[in-house]
Amino acid sequence: MNVDDAVGRAHRAEWARVVAALTKRFGDLDVAEEAAAEAFATAVERWPADGVPPNPGAWLTTTANRKAIDRLRREHKRLDKQKEAVMLYDGDPPEPVGAIDDERLRLVFTCCHPALAMETRVALTLRMVGGLTVPEIARAFLVQESAMGRRITRAKDKIRAARIPYRVPSTADLPARVSGVLAVLFLVFNEGYLATGAGTDPVRQDLTAEAIRLTRLIRVLLPDDGEVAGLLALMLLTEARRTARVSASGELVALGEQDRGAWDQHLVAEGQRLVLERIATGIAPGRYQLLAAINAVHTSARDVRDTDWSQIVALYDRLVRVDPSPIVALNRAVAVAELDGPDVALAAVDRLDSALTGYHAYHAARADLLRRLGRGPEARSAYDRAIELAGNTAETAYLTRRRDQLA
Amino acid sequence: MQYLVSVIDERSNSATQEEMTAIRAFNERVQAAGHWVFAGGLADPSTATVIDNRGGEALFTDGPFVETKEFLAGFWVFEAADLDVALTLAAEGSKHCNRKVEVRPFL
Repeated sequence: MNVDDAVGRAHRAEWARVVAALTKRFGDLDVAEEAAAEAFATAVERWPADGVPPNPGAWLTTTANRKAIDRLRREHKRLDKQKEAVMLYDGDPPEPVGAIDDERLRLVFTCCHPALAMETRVALTLRMVGGLTVPEIARAFLVQESAMGRRITRAKDKIRAARIPYRVPSTADLPARVSGVLAVLFLVFNEGYLATGAGTDPVRQDLTAEAIRLTRLIRVLLPDDGEVAGLLALMLLTEARRTARVSASGELVALGEQDRGAWDQHLVAEGQRLVLERIATGIAPGRYQLLAAINAVHTSARDVRDTDWSQIVALYDRLVRVDPSPIVALNRAVAVAELDGPDVALAAVDRLDSALTGYHAYHAARADLLRRLGRGPEARSAYDRAIELAGNTAETAYLTRRRDQLA
Repeated sequence: MQYLVSVIDERSNSATQEEMTAIRAFNERVQAAGHWVFAGGLADPSTATVIDNRGGEALFTDGPFVETKEFLAGFWVFEAADLDVALTLAAEGSKHCNRKVEVRPFL
């Protein structure tokens, strides 16, 4: 095996484990992060000459431990004192049924702590759990590297000073805390899937892939959590359509017009299997499981004309009860158009005006319904508004062509 | 580890009778659970006096050092093992005193 591949593979497989193990030992995320980074840099230097060690994970953890001790000695900190002073480690095995006692789970919950701002949780999770570098994270979210560095440093300072614990939350807090973790992962995925910014690719596969990788990890750690499985299924069924969703000229291809033969059948099969597994438990599904189920119905139709719209509307009805947001109501209305006609759907969409007037998808949905109802001038002004608000280059190209095709 | 829980208020009237009863009951539970350090309610910001003795002669100024719509109405100091414990206590406190609160760790 190529040494570069070995380092890359070790990075993907072992980064979070090394950071988590060092956080446990030294009680400090900053020490853990820096020592882990140094250990990987040493691997890049040494493995080509010395060969890849038989157990790369153990080699990296040992090397990182040594780097951390060197740093603390340099800074004249007493190791025992260091640990006592900074971070509270709860050595009890995690309480929740089915949770795996893995240091990485503690790391995830610390990085996604509700006392941190959402954008901070995203950055910290990508750094500490995902192993992305600060410049990579800065590029992903189109912010200055120095600003991203400061955000991560501030977060580590707050974790230390306010004593955000390094622990899996109690059973009572777990559902809310897991949904906080999933929100972070879904945000990363969506930023990849609907990348914003005039100069960016319409789909950032690096981000969707990272989100899927991290969600797979959470699923390993919390195998019995239905919403974790639901989010993973949702991501897989969405990612499966990635290449079919943008044309060669960089234009969005609507679901009904996609080449279904270009969908990734392995991802579709894995996502659908997860959805079926959850249905088989008989436990009432949450938001992500319902969204995944809707996508499972779409991806099981070989032709858009075979789509079971009544099933999709029924799933949206359940979703509205779990998540009564106007965006869910908008998506439900789009499905209703296929079942009951565009006039019924338009009436439902128009009721959302005050809530969604600043949201491009609201105007795009209205434009499409008005077009189908033959109301050209109104459709045109709705397309104009949607184009003005859309931030994704592929969506803008699609909406512009649709508008220009109006009679 | 100690945390300051500041009670943030926008109204100038003090707590209602029901709020006072709820706060007292909450304080007793906090004491029983061993988290109690100190707590107190503060008079209206208009009763404040600012003192500056950096120049050798103490200057007294009537009123709060900065006029804001939101102000500090009172505080708790809790002993808690970590931020999760402090946040749980603060959330209870916010409910019983019927106001927003802010949690900050002591150094």
